[in-house]
Amino acid sequence: MTTEGRVFKYGDNVDTDVIIPARYLNVSSGEELAKYCMIDIDEDFAKEVQPGDIIVAGKNFGCGSSREHAPLAIKCAGVGCVIAPSFARIFYRNSINIGMPIMECPEAAEDIKAGDRVSVDFSTGVITNITTGKTYQAEPFPEFMQKIIDKGGLVKYVSSQFED
Amino acid sequence: MGMTMTQKIIAEHAGLDSVRAGQLVEADLDIVMGNDITTAVALKEFKKTGAKGVFDKEKVVIVLDHFTPNKDIKAAEQCKACRGFAMDMDVKHFYDVGEVGIEHALLPEKGIVSAGQIIIGADSHTCTYGALGAFSTGVGSTDMAIGMATGKAWFKVPSAIKFILTGKPAKWVSGKDVILHIIGLIGVDGALYKSMEFVGNGIQYLSMDDRFSMANMAIEAGAKNGIFPADDKAVEYCREHGAKEPVIYEADEDAVYDEVITIDLSELKPTVAFPHLPENTKPIDEAEKEAVAIDQVVIGSCTNGRISDMEVAAGILRGRHVHKNVRTIIIPATQEIYLECVKRGYVEDFIKAGAVFSVPTCGPCLGGYMGILASGERCVSTTNRNFVGRMGAKDSEVYLASPAVAAASAIAGRIAGPESI
Repeated sequence: MTTEGRVFKYGDNVDTDVIIPARYLNVSSGEELAKYCMIDIDEDFAKEVQPGDIIVAGKNFGCGSSREHAPLAIKCAGVGCVIAPSFARIFYRNSINIGMPIMECPEAAEDIKAGDRVSVDFSTGVITNITTGKTYQAEPFPEFMQKIIDKGGLVKYVSSQFED
Repeated sequence: MGMTMTQKIIAEHAGLDSVRAGQLVEADLDIVMGNDITTAVALKEFKKTGAKGVFDKEKVVIVLDHFTPNKDIKAAEQCKACRGFAMDMDVKHFYDVGEVGIEHALLPEKGIVSAGQIIIGADSHTCTYGALGAFSTGVGSTDMAIGMATGKAWFKVPSAIKFILTGKPAKWVSGKDVILHIIGLIGVDGALYKSMEFVGNGIQYLSMDDRFSMANMAIEAGAKNGIFPADDKAVEYCREHGAKEPVIYEADEDAVYDEVITIDLSELKPTVAFPHLPENTKPIDEAEKEAVAIDQVVIGSCTNGRISDMEVAAGILRGRHVHKNVRTIIIPATQEIYLECVKRGYVEDFIKAGAVFSVPTCGPCLGGYMGILASGERCVSTTNRNFVGRMGAKDSEVYLASPAVAAASAIAGRIAGPESI
C-alpha cells in the first residue's frame, strides 16, 4: 500500500487543539470535523488538501488532549500519511486504532519541505521525496501494531478475533 | 531486573510475573471511563464490535462534564446519545447534570478508583488517579469502546523517570507549582511514552489535592502516566471515600529508570507557564516583572477545582475586590465541592469580591463555553493547557498558574503572586 501527495509542513508540538479546536467537538462526524482541520495554524489547509497529501511536522505531533477527533479529522481531510520525528502517545495510539497512517522518521521530517511531492510505501516504510529524489527509511511498527494496521484499525482487529 | 511501580501494576493485570519496558501486553482493566465528547465517538465504535453489552456494568463510567449543562443544540444531541447508551447498557456509574462533576475530581471523590488499579479513560487527564497509586492513563474513543466491550486494553510497557522530591514547599507553593516547574525543566515531550514516578521524603508535605494536580499534568510532559506510591495519606483517602481496598505497589530497589531527577521543594517558587506551551515557565518574581495585564481569571478544572483550591482562592479574595478589568470565573469541580463552598461561606466571599461562581463544568478550560476569550485577550487560568486558541480566539493568551497566583492576579489586574497584593 502506498500514498503519494503534496506536503504540508508544520513545526514542533502541533497539539490536538490546533488540529481540531474544541469549539468544533460538538459533532463527531469525520467529514464535518475535516472542514476545520488545522484551522488555528493554517486556515488554508482544509481548502487546499487533496486526497493522498502528506503532513510533515516536528517532534511530539498531536500532543494534548485524547480527542480521537484529531486523527479522524486528518484522515477524513484526505491526508495519506503524517510523518514526524515523534508523536504524542495518545495521538499515536489513536492513529493506529483508527487506521490513520503515521510514520516516525526524524531525517525525513527535517529534510522534506512544504510543497514537495512525496510518496510513502507502508509495507517497507520507505519514504521517497519525488521532488529531490532522496529516500528515507521510517521506523518499522511492532508486529502487533502492524496487525492492527493491516486489519484497518482496532475495532476490525478485535472483531476478527471474536470471529476466530 | 527490578520493576517500577507502573510496571508491577501492569504485570499483575496482565497475569505475568514480570514485564520489561517496551514489551507489548494485554491487561485487564478495573475501570473504563469516558466523557460526553469522547463517549459520543466511542459508542459508535462499540456498536461496530458487535458486543451485546459492556464487560462489567460496575466498571464503566460515563461522565457528562465537558459541554454540560448543554452548551448548544449539537452538544445536547451528543449528551442525549451518551445518556441513551448509558441507559441501554445499564451503566452504574453514569453522571449527568445534578450529580455530575469534572471527571477527574469526581471519580476519586466517589470512591470509583483506588490504589493498585488499572484505569483507562477517554480523556487525556485520566492520569490524575496516579495520585492514589494507580496506573491510570488517557486513551482515545476506540480504546474506550474496546475496553467497554472486552475489559482489556493493549499497552506498551513504559520506562520511567524517577523524580525524588525532597524538602518542604514554602507557604504559597502548591502541587501545581511543582508540576509546572517539572514541565519547565523537562519540556512538553520530556517524558514522552514514559511514566513519571514521584517519590521521596518531600511527598509527605503534599496533600492529596496537590498530588492530584501533579499527576493530572503528567500528560503535559508527554507522559503515559504519573504515579505516587500509595502512602498512608493515599490509603486513608481511598478508605474515606469508600473505594475498593487499596493494593500497594512499590518500585523494586533495582528498578531501572531512564533518568533520576531530584527536586528540592523548598527551593521552588509559585510558577507561571506563559503562552503557548506548558513548558514556558517562569518563577513568579520573573513573571511579575513582565507586567502582563489580564482580562480574565479562571479558577477551576480537573487540575485545580478541588476544595483546597477553593479554600486558597477564598482566603485571598475575602474582603477584597477583583480588578475592574478582570472577569473572574470560579468553578468548583464537583457538586460536593460546590456544597462545601456554600457551607464554608466561600461563595459569599467570591461574589462579594466580584467573581462569578459556576456549576461544575470543564467549559472554559478547553474553549468550550463559560469564559471564551476574544482576540488579544489574556487569561490567568488554573487549568492545564495554554496552547494556541485553547480558550478562545487564536491570538488570545493563557497563562497557567496555581489558584493562589490566579486569585492574586484577579485582584492586581496583572500577573501577581499572593505576596504582592
